[in-house]
Amino acid sequence: MNELIRLDRVSMAYGRAEQAVKAIEEVSISVAAGEFFAVVGPSGCGKSSLMRLISGLHPPLGGTLTVEGRPVTGPLKKVGMAFQNANLLPWRTAAQNVLLPLEIVQPHRSRLRTERAAYLDRARRLLESVGLAGFTEKFPWQLSGGMQQRTSICRALIHEPEILMLDEPFGALDAFTREELWCTLRDVQARQKVTVMLVTHDLREAVFLADTVYVMSSRPGRIVKRCEVSLPRPRDLDVTYTQPFQDIVHELRSLIGRH
Amino acid sequence: MESRELAIKFGAPAAFTVGLFVVWEAVCRLFEVPLTILPAPSDVFAALWQYRAPIVDNSFVTLWTTLAGFLIATVFGLVLGIAVGWHRALYAGIYPVLVGFNSIPKVAVVPVLILWFGFGEIPAILTAFLISFFPIVVNVATGLATTEPELEDVLRALGASKLDIMRKVGIPRSFPYFFGSLKVAITLAFVGAVVSETVGSNKGIGKLMLDAQASFQVPIVFAGLIVLAVLGILLYAITAAVEKRFTGWAFRGQAAH
Repeated sequence: MNELIRLDRVSMAYGRAEQAVKAIEEVSISVAAGEFFAVVGPSGCGKSSLMRLISGLHPPLGGTLTVEGRPVTGPLKKVGMAFQNANLLPWRTAAQNVLLPLEIVQPHRSRLRTERAAYLDRARRLLESVGLAGFTEKFPWQLSGGMQQRTSICRALIHEPEILMLDEPFGALDAFTREELWCTLRDVQARQKVTVMLVTHDLREAVFLADTVYVMSSRPGRIVKRCEVSLPRPRDLDVTYTQPFQDIVHELRSLIGRH
Repeated sequence: MESRELAIKFGAPAAFTVGLFVVWEAVCRLFEVPLTILPAPSDVFAALWQYRAPIVDNSFVTLWTTLAGFLIATVFGLVLGIAVGWHRALYAGIYPVLVGFNSIPKVAVVPVLILWFGFGEIPAILTAFLISFFPIVVNVATGLATTEPELEDVLRALGASKLDIMRKVGIPRSFPYFFGSLKVAITLAFVGAVVSETVGSNKGIGKLMLDAQASFQVPIVFAGLIVLAVLGILLYAITAAVEKRFTGWAFRGQAAH
């Protein structure tokens, strides 16, 4: 497998010099292209910082960070991000919201003016593929929380990024909607072969979706365990009730500090 | 709209206004209040009709100085608001000065303006501008400052520049704040123009009222007040309609919850 992302003893801190607060310490991971990896850990352990780091939004303090063999020095442009809040623009319809990244990224940016209809069509098709047929022209406030989150994930995917970064994307949803979206995400990843980084504190979510789960310690975040999930794909929701699944979840849970 | 709703929306304020005038009229007649203290509405409307030519004439002066000042305030407020919302250093530097300036009563500035520009319409326009730009600046800056950091990350990760983020997210997001502040600003601009006219001017409703007061023509003073109230309501209503037209999404969003 091709290596896509590599972190070699990378540290990261917020703030300057002496007052700097270390968020991540000596993290080393290697991610293959097309891999689905999840990062779990107690809250405030630097999971989200790791995401900002890999996307190039925040520079590392030490160590080497490469994506496709090149050191990361600024925003990567080939990532798509989605967060716990859908953060859709309320003055745009779902399809127009999905279009937003194309208004930023080249070469779409310059083509958009002349080929707007074609691009809108592409946005609609993507929304339809995650079960939002009939809702593409609705405004965010007309959509349920789960639909908004689907839209947000579509927005992260429209420019065909190499890395999809999700920061607790299903954290604000009810249990049933969450499981529904797990399946949506599973299918999207299987179809598009995109590399996915999922930051979550839901261990079942991590084990169900990911090929590899990294467990981080509390601040400053270190990787305390790398766990390969060998459950066969495609995985069905029923797998979450099987013993092997439970065992992995249980093992991960024991690695995260208790209070 | 249902006829019942219509009746409440338009009938209620009309009935209340008429009632207010009826009570006013009754009080004046019952207690035989002298014309020089409080003229009855009938006297006021009579004066309004009798002096309609100078009143209309002066109303137009007040109206155009208000609108000119308001227009300058809108452009200036928008530009300064975006600048202040754009950069933290600009915000830190300009904001205290703005607050300080805003707390100066504008009546105190009018003599200076007259000293610089003489009697006439320019001091009125400038007073209208000076009194009304502040809420626009503050609201636009607030709108920009409340952009969600996650959304900024989404765009920055794609290589978006600060200008991109402003254009796509920040500025549209601050629109409801901007239009909301226009409603406040138009009323303030109107106050500014009239204040300037009463301090020193040769035309305008404020000046008309000042002259009428000097010659004890109290019904004309009250006619002036009524004209001011009507114009104020009109300006407010127009701005509110513009707000609704441009930021419907913000209102719709609230309606859904």
